[in-house]
Amino acid sequence: MPNKSAGLTGRALAVYSKDMKVELRSKYAFNAILMFGITTLAVVSFTLGQSGLSASLLAALFWIIMFFAAMAGLAQVFVREEETGTVLALRLAADPTAVYLGKLFFNLSLMILIAFVITPVFFIFTDAPVDNILLFVLVLILGIVGLCAATTIVAAIISKAGIKGALFAVLSFPILFVLLLLLVSASTRVLEEATLGGIALELQGLVAYSGVMITASLMLFKYVWQE
Amino acid sequence: MYKLSVINLTKRFGFRKVFTDISFELETGRALAVVGPNGSGKTTLLLTLLGGFRPNKGTVTFQEDERVMPAETIRDHTALVAPYLNFYDNLTAEENLIFFSAVSGGRVTGKELTGLLEQVGLAGRGDDPVGSYSSGMKQRLKFAAAILKQPQFLFLDEPTSNLDNDGKKMVFDLINGFKSRSILVLATNEKEEQQLAEQVCRLDR
Repeated sequence: MPNKSAGLTGRALAVYSKDMKVELRSKYAFNAILMFGITTLAVVSFTLGQSGLSASLLAALFWIIMFFAAMAGLAQVFVREEETGTVLALRLAADPTAVYLGKLFFNLSLMILIAFVITPVFFIFTDAPVDNILLFVLVLILGIVGLCAATTIVAAIISKAGIKGALFAVLSFPILFVLLLLLVSASTRVLEEATLGGIALELQGLVAYSGVMITASLMLFKYVWQE
Repeated sequence: MYKLSVINLTKRFGFRKVFTDISFELETGRALAVVGPNGSGKTTLLLTLLGGFRPNKGTVTFQEDERVMPAETIRDHTALVAPYLNFYDNLTAEENLIFFSAVSGGRVTGKELTGLLEQVGLAGRGDDPVGSYSSGMKQRLKFAAAILKQPQFLFLDEPTSNLDNDGKKMVFDLINGFKSRSILVLATNEKEEQQLAEQVCRLDR
């Protein structure tokens, strides 16, 4: 009889490390997201030249890039299971909560990795002020958690559909709209050199958004995951 | 002692009835053969029993020592071997087995893996990506995963498909091994496989 001691954490880690191995060997999602981010940044920065942008436009540009980068790659986490036909084996073997958490952490890792590349390039290309960089990173982390929390559950919903790419963006947009408004507002203030207290309201909103989204996803995922 | 009770199970896809009012009861050590022509719903019945499809009517109950097993624990006690069940092509056979064991809450050692692969005729191929396997080798790997899990409820859909004569002999030996300690449900039209079961469920198109 095999040792059945592993709890939810161990099972979620198994899903996470499996997805990391598959991604490291195919690099499909990573390349798709990175190429989108770098291409968009390069086009925008060469178009703008040295004209300079206001803090609100810079913040909007940054989160537009992050939003579409997420759209380009994060759905793969479920779409790939569906397209390679492995979804049945996973569904029969794994607890739905472990699958959701494993996929969520995988998407988080992917977006953090992408942010490590895109954020410095964004600051270099746009000449945005870097005085408040720690606060910007805090907003970035909360933004990534919110983006991943929302896109992971939407990816699970659209994975069975025929036109996955279009549906992913259409379904994600209304869910992410509030998050993007909060992120653009917080990032604008950070670029205008606001203090931590100055963006407290936005930070509370971001934490609440991710909390609600992850809790709702954990409650709903098993129904999305079946049949 | 484990028990599988199915009462008046009915499944429809839209207006099309797949099967109606299927009922049976099985205890550990017993096997059921699900037979019927192509398209009669054998695979759908197996997947409905496993929770892959929600039935339109009827109940499926898994019991352990006369107590109904909670839904969230059932998947740790069940396994399916079927031609349409796909493993991860980018991972090696050993990585697949480690993953499916871990995700079911188990743990497996390197020595156990080596023995397991030898048992299913895949000795020396554990480090190869599953994408490079033939369909017969993939079928053998699915049996390795089932052995690793040691399920109390084993579901087999065309268990000898894609296998050569050696592979078929291995499967019959394995099924006979499983029979003493598990409940078996086989979807098949092969006479030899049907003879392994004491009960038969016949489906019509």
